[in-house]
Amino acid sequence: MSDNAESPTESQKEESQPPPDDSATNEEKKKIDVLLKPVGDTPIMKTKKWAMDRGRTVQSLAQFISRFLKMDASEQLFIYVNQSFAPSPDQEVGVLFDCFGSHGKLVLHYCKSQAWG
Amino acid sequence: MADDKDVLRDVWFGRIPTCFTLNPDEITEREAEPYYLLLPRVSYLTLVTDKVKKHFLKVMKTEDVEEMWFEYEGTPLKWHYPIGVLFDLHASNTVLPWNITVQFRNFPDRDLLHCQSNSIVEAHFMSSIKEADALKHKSQVINDMQKKDHKQLWMGLQNDKFDQFWAMNRKLMEYSTEEGGFRYIPFRIYQTLSDRPFIQKLFRPVSPEGNAYTLSDLLKEMFPAALPTEREPKRYQVLIHGIEPLLETPLQWLSEHLSHPDNFLHICIVPAPSD
Repeated sequence: MSDNAESPTESQKEESQPPPDDSATNEEKKKIDVLLKPVGDTPIMKTKKWAMDRGRTVQSLAQFISRFLKMDASEQLFIYVNQSFAPSPDQEVGVLFDCFGSHGKLVLHYCKSQAWG
Repeated sequence: MADDKDVLRDVWFGRIPTCFTLNPDEITEREAEPYYLLLPRVSYLTLVTDKVKKHFLKVMKTEDVEEMWFEYEGTPLKWHYPIGVLFDLHASNTVLPWNITVQFRNFPDRDLLHCQSNSIVEAHFMSSIKEADALKHKSQVINDMQKKDHKQLWMGLQNDKFDQFWAMNRKLMEYSTEEGGFRYIPFRIYQTLSDRPFIQKLFRPVSPEGNAYTLSDLLKEMFPAALPTEREPKRYQVLIHGIEPLLETPLQWLSEHLSHPDNFLHICIVPAPSD
């Protein structure tokens, strides 16, 4: 996997930070920053960081990536959070950002085959 | 937690009497009788309806059958929500049995996820558990489990084996006494009258001062309109597994005892019945 300088750390939020204040400021922003990283031999996207509507679903994001990578309609694309679980296709990226974002952005991994159980 | 084990059992064995009726527009060779079933609240529609499918296929030609899906009063039912959530959200305060319409054509792609096999349900279920543990323990507990342990959770749900499931699931419910609870409570708040899927944010079980947060504290933060006021009559019911828990119930207790097998606390906010 090729990384660059903007690559974020996967560290979670500080323990002492009260979460409600955090999410209140995010709520005001309509768009969130999402960093997309490929897994394994899945092609890399030239643009990694995207501003996305909070209401965008995982499914629509997967379709977007598939089109961007000019994948065949028959090919599947899996999206993972925290390199551990695949969110439900109808889940909104805004929710994932609120719960699993760190340092002002949400890191999602994408893969053409199942990467994490 | 051992003291309250009966609660876990009651939650697990919650059932909803349901009447499945074939959509009258389906092409059949003879009239289709309705099919009655007790649906487990904590399971998923596509996981427990093999018999329903078999029943209706008896009167249909193979070429008229596509993927089966369900509808209640015009609303397509999302199989990936637990059955109890679907009932509380769409059909609470109605007369039982729950009347579900079965369809075999015109699958509503925009509203429902496809589900051609139980392995899809399994993947969804395991993902939810992993997401919940990411919130509860930074994924430490679920990652320490082996593949066969994950399988045990799934098989427990699939085969309705309470003891098999809880022998493993209790590990996901552990926390250190000095922390007084999970890191964050995995919860989802659904509303009947909303286009948005659900509310899910970070929320801790214990305040920085060490006080336990309650259901009321959570709602105050996430959905204040659901809290009763002294001035107005009650506008909403807050339902978990079909009951209205006391608003002063500690959130940590609710998470340990009233979560679904996917380890999320699913909370439905529905309009209060007007009588």
